[in-house]
Amino acid sequence: MSTETLVGFEEAMEKYDPVLGFEVHVELNTKTKMFSSAPNVFGDEPNTNVNEVCLGLPGVLPVVNRKAVESSILIGLALNCKIAEHCTFARKQYFYPDTPKNFQTSQYEDPICYDGWLDIELEDGTVFRVEIERAHMEEDAGKLTHMGGATGRIQGADYSLVDYNRSGVPLVEIVTKPIEGAGSRAPELAKAYVAAVREIVKNLGVSDARMERGNVRCDANVSLRPHGAEKFGTRTETKNVNSLRAVENAVKFEIQRHAAVLDSGVEITQETRHWHEDTKSTTSGRPKSDADDYRYFPEPDLVPIVTTAEWVEELRSRLPEPPAERRKRLQADWGYTDLEFRDVVNAGLMDEIEETVTAGATAAAARKWWMGEIARRAKLADVDPAALGVSPAVVVEIEKLIASGAINDKLARKVLDGVLEGEGTPAEVVAKRGLAVVSDDGALQKAIDEALAAQPDVAEKIRGGKVQAVGAIVGGVMKVTRGQADAARVRELILATLGVEG
Amino acid sequence: MTVHELIRSSAADMAAKLAAGDITSVELVQAHLDRIAAVDGGERGVNAFLHVNAEEALAVAADVDARRAAGEELHELAGVPIAVKDLIVTKGQPTTAGSKILEGWMSPYDATVVKKLRAARMPILGKTNLDEFAMGSSTEHSAYGPTRNPWDLDRIPGGSGGGSAAAVAAFEAPLALGTDTGGSIRQPGAVTGTVGVKPTYGAVSRYGAIAMASSLDQIGPVSRTVLDSALLQEVIGGHDPQDSTSLTDPSTGLADAARLGNVAGMKIGIIKELHGEGYQAGVENRFNESLELLRGAGAEIVEVSCPNFGYALGAYYLIMPSEASSNLAKFDGVRFGMRALPAEGPLTIERVMAATRAAGFGDEVKRRIILGTYALSAGYYDAYYGSAQKVRTLIQRDFAAAFEQVDVLISPTAPTTAFKLGEKLNDPLAMYLNDVATIPANMAGVPGLTLPGGLADEDGLPVGIQLLAPAREDARLYRVGAVLESLLEAQWGGPILDRAPSLAETPAVEPVETQGTAATAAAKEAN
Amino acid sequence: MAAINRGQVAHLAQLAHIEMSDDELDRMAKELAVIVDSVKSVSEAAGADVPATSHPIPLTNVMREDVVGHVLTAEEALSGAPDSADGRFKVPAILEES
Repeated sequence: MSTETLVGFEEAMEKYDPVLGFEVHVELNTKTKMFSSAPNVFGDEPNTNVNEVCLGLPGVLPVVNRKAVESSILIGLALNCKIAEHCTFARKQYFYPDTPKNFQTSQYEDPICYDGWLDIELEDGTVFRVEIERAHMEEDAGKLTHMGGATGRIQGADYSLVDYNRSGVPLVEIVTKPIEGAGSRAPELAKAYVAAVREIVKNLGVSDARMERGNVRCDANVSLRPHGAEKFGTRTETKNVNSLRAVENAVKFEIQRHAAVLDSGVEITQETRHWHEDTKSTTSGRPKSDADDYRYFPEPDLVPIVTTAEWVEELRSRLPEPPAERRKRLQADWGYTDLEFRDVVNAGLMDEIEETVTAGATAAAARKWWMGEIARRAKLADVDPAALGVSPAVVVEIEKLIASGAINDKLARKVLDGVLEGEGTPAEVVAKRGLAVVSDDGALQKAIDEALAAQPDVAEKIRGGKVQAVGAIVGGVMKVTRGQADAARVRELILATLGVEG
Repeated sequence: MTVHELIRSSAADMAAKLAAGDITSVELVQAHLDRIAAVDGGERGVNAFLHVNAEEALAVAADVDARRAAGEELHELAGVPIAVKDLIVTKGQPTTAGSKILEGWMSPYDATVVKKLRAARMPILGKTNLDEFAMGSSTEHSAYGPTRNPWDLDRIPGGSGGGSAAAVAAFEAPLALGTDTGGSIRQPGAVTGTVGVKPTYGAVSRYGAIAMASSLDQIGPVSRTVLDSALLQEVIGGHDPQDSTSLTDPSTGLADAARLGNVAGMKIGIIKELHGEGYQAGVENRFNESLELLRGAGAEIVEVSCPNFGYALGAYYLIMPSEASSNLAKFDGVRFGMRALPAEGPLTIERVMAATRAAGFGDEVKRRIILGTYALSAGYYDAYYGSAQKVRTLIQRDFAAAFEQVDVLISPTAPTTAFKLGEKLNDPLAMYLNDVATIPANMAGVPGLTLPGGLADEDGLPVGIQLLAPAREDARLYRVGAVLESLLEAQWGGPILDRAPSLAETPAVEPVETQGTAATAAAKEAN
Repeated sequence: MAAINRGQVAHLAQLAHIEMSDDELDRMAKELAVIVDSVKSVSEAAGADVPATSHPIPLTNVMREDVVGHVLTAEEALSGAPDSADGRFKVPAILEES
C-alpha cells in the first residue's frame, strides 16, 4: 500500500539534519482509573471494567486518583524534572467515539512535571542528553475495533465496536524538547530513548511497561532541515509506534520519506501519520476536523493539585536506583566483561542473576547457570528464562551441592531436570533419584581394582611415571559408577593404589 | 382533616402529623398523586411533571408506615413526598433533562441527592419539567411542552426549574429539588410565590445532576416555607467524595436558624445595582415593604454598592455556554440516548453524531453550544472566557467588600413578575435579563434564597425577595428569610398561596405530553 | 472583537458536531451577533492584574485512594446504548468509503 518514494538513508543524511521529538504515553498500573474507581485491568471482557464515570454518562463527576498523581511525580523525578507546586487539569475537546465525554481530561498550561532530562547511552557507549519539556497526567481512551474491513483497519470498515475498559486508565504523557544533533544516529537514539523510558517506568514499578499491550506508546515527531540551517523543517507526527524496533524503523522511514519529498521541491505537510508494522511504512492519518482547535479550558469539575516540598521529598525517597546506574554498579560488582554483561542484559536476566548472587552464589556461577543450562532449556520450551520455573534459590542450592562434593556438574543438570519436573528441592531430587556422588572408598576401590585389572598396560604406564594416563582409568571407573563418583577422589585413589605421587 | 387541606400544609406540618400518627405516608402520597392527576395533565394542565412515579412512591410510603408502626426511629422527613427536577438522575425512572436527546433514557445510577432522599425514606413522586438541559428562564424550552404558572395558566412558571416550582405552588408536592446555575431555583420561586434556595457552591453534591455549567451549577431545595427548605437542605447537603468540588462542612443548623425568629441587630444591605431602573414598579413596592418590615423587626438596613455586578450577566453568558458546550459534548448517540441518521450522504460516525445533535437538541441549547464553542475557540479564549473569569474575581471582591459591611444582602429576585407564555421566546436577550439579579450569586458561589414578598399591584402576581449571604453562611439566609416570611404572612393573614386562584380539578382524560403515561395511570388510580 | 458571521457559525457548528441547514446558520449568526455584542463589555471590565477565577470556592488536593469501587455489568453499561454488538457499543464507520 505504500507508494511513497524514499531516498536512501545515507543519502538523506548527506543532505539533511534530522530533528526529533517524542511523546511517550505511559499507562500507569494503578488499581483504579485516573478519575473513577473502576478497575484498571487489561484483557477482561469488553465493558466490564467500567462504571458511569468512565462511560461518561450524564451527571457524573471525576475524582483524582492519589496514587496516579504520586506515580506521575515519581516519573517526573526519575526524569530529573521539576515538580509543579500548583497544577490544574484541563479539558482537551474533540469528538471521537473512543472518548466518552468527547473531551479528554488532561493538563495543558501547567503540567505536574516539567524541565527534565535523560541521558541516553547508545550501543557504542555514546551518551546523548534528551531534554524533557514536560510530563503531564491524563486519561486513556477506549478501544475501537473496526469491523467488516479486510484487515481490521479503519479504512474500509463497515462499522466499529467500542470497548471502554481502557477508558480512563491513567496516562502520563512525556514530551521531549526538540532533539537536535543526533544526525545519522537518530533512529538508534529514538529506540534507545523509548527503551530508557520504558525501563525507568518499569523500574519505578508505576507501569507494567509492556509495549505489546500498549502500556508504553510512542508518537515520533520527525523533521529535516538542510545541514547548517537553524530553522526546523515542517514536522510529521507518527503514531501507533508500539515496539522498540518500530520506533527505530518509523523514524528511519520518515527521514527517508521527508528527504524524498524535499528533494522533489515539495513542502512537507504537517500531519499525523500512522505506522504500519506489516508494510514497515507510514501513511497519512485521518485529517481530524477539530484537530486544529482543541478549545482547552480549565476543568471545572476538578480542583488544583498542590505539591508540598515534604510530599515531593517523601516520594523522592522512594525512588529506586536509576537503571543505567544500576547496570554500571552490577557489572563492576560482578566483574563481567562488557560482552558478558550485554548478553545478560539482552537476555533480560539481570534481575535473576542479581537475586541469585544476593542469595549466595558467586557471580560466575550465577551467570553460568542462567546464561547456560537455564537459558538453553527455556529456549527449548519457548519461554523466557525467568519464566521457566527455576528460582534463584534453586541455583544457589545446586551450587552448594556441587561445592560440597555431593554432586558433580553432570549430576547437577539431572537435578535441574528433577526440579523442573516438580520433584521438589534439589536436595530432594538428589535423594529421590539417588544422584549422590559415590564417595564410599570401598565401593570405589573395587571399581578401581577392576579397571586396573582390565587395562594392565595403562596401569604399567602410570607406574612408570606417565601420570597423565590416569585419565583412562578414571574414565573407566566413572563409566562403571554411571557418573556418580567424585572424579577427583577416584584419581587420588588410583594413584595411591599404584603407589605413585600425584 | 381533608385531603385538600392536608396537601396545602407545610412539609414540616406533614412530618409532624406523620410522626403523631394522624396520617399515614400512603395517604399523604396518594393525596399528592390524586392532585397531580387532577391538575397536571390535559391541555390546560400545569404540566409540572414529566414522569409520575406512583408505584415506587406508594411502596416507599407503605414501607415508612410499616417501619413507623414497628416503632423504628425514622428521619424527620420520612414519608413526606418530594418531586425531583428531571435534570437529576434517578434509577427506576427516566431522566430526560427536558431534551429529546435523552428521551426514555434510564440512568443506571442514582444522583447523590437522590440516594440521600432514599436514605431519609422520602417517597419520590416523579420528575419535574424544565427548560432543556436547564437552559432557560421560562420552561418553554422543554422538549415536552411548557409548564404553566398555577397563578395564571397563560404565564410562565419561570425557569429552568419551572416544573419544581409550579408543582410546589400547585400543591402537587410539598417539596422539590431544583438546580440553580444562574437563578433556575430562585427565579421560578419568585414568579410562583414559593421558596427556593441556591446553597453555597459545594454545599450540596452535584454528582448525578446533569451538568450545564459545572462551576455555577448547584442543587437546592424548593418548598412553600423557609423552614421546609432548611429541612430539605439538611437532608441533601454535606460532603460527597464523588464530587471534587464538594465542601466538607456538615449540613446542619439550618432548620435551627429558621426557627430562631429574630433579626434584631443584623445588618442587611440593599444592593444599589439590583433594584430601581429595569425593575417593575410592583416589584419595587413589595421589595420596599419587606425592607420596612425587617427594619421594624430591629434589623439595620444600609445600602451597599457592587459596581461590577453590571458585568455579571455578560460574563455569565460567556462562562455558562463555554462550560455547557463542553459538558454537552457527550450527547452524541454512541453510549446512551437517541441516535439520528443523516438524511442523505455517507453514514459515518461524525455525520451521525452531527445529525443526532441536530435532531436531539432544541434551539436554545444549540445557541449556547455554538456561543460557548466560539468563546473557547482559538483566538477568542482570552477576550471571552479569560476575561469572564476575571470578571468573576471582581464580582467576588464586590461581595467580599459588601459582606464586610453587612450580614446579608437583599434584592428583588427577578425584575418582573411572570410574563406571558411565548412573550420572550423569540428574544433570547430579553429572556436572559430575567436572571440579572440571581446570576451574581452563582458567579461568586455564595448562597441565595428567594421567598414570596407579596403580589405586584399592577398584575396581582407574586414578587420574589432575594437574600444573599457569604459563602458557607447559608444559615443566615434561613434565619432572616423565616423572620421576613412570618412578618409578611402576619400581614397577609396566611400564606401567599392562599391567594392563588384555585385550579380546576379535572381528571386528566388526555395523556400528558410526556414520554410516559404515568400521569394518566395515576389519574386512573385516583378515580 | 469582531462580530460573528455566518462562515464562523458554520465552522463552530462543525467543531460542535451539530448539523445545520443554511437557514439555521443564517438565523444563528444573527442571534449570536446580538448576544456577542451584548457581552463584549466583559473584555474591557478587568485589567491585566486581575487574576482569573475558575472555581467559586477554592479547594486543592481533592483526591481519592486507589481502591476499586462499584462496577457496572456489561448489560448495565450497554443498557442505554442506541446500538451494540458482542458486548460492545456499535458505531457507524469512522471513515467514508473511499
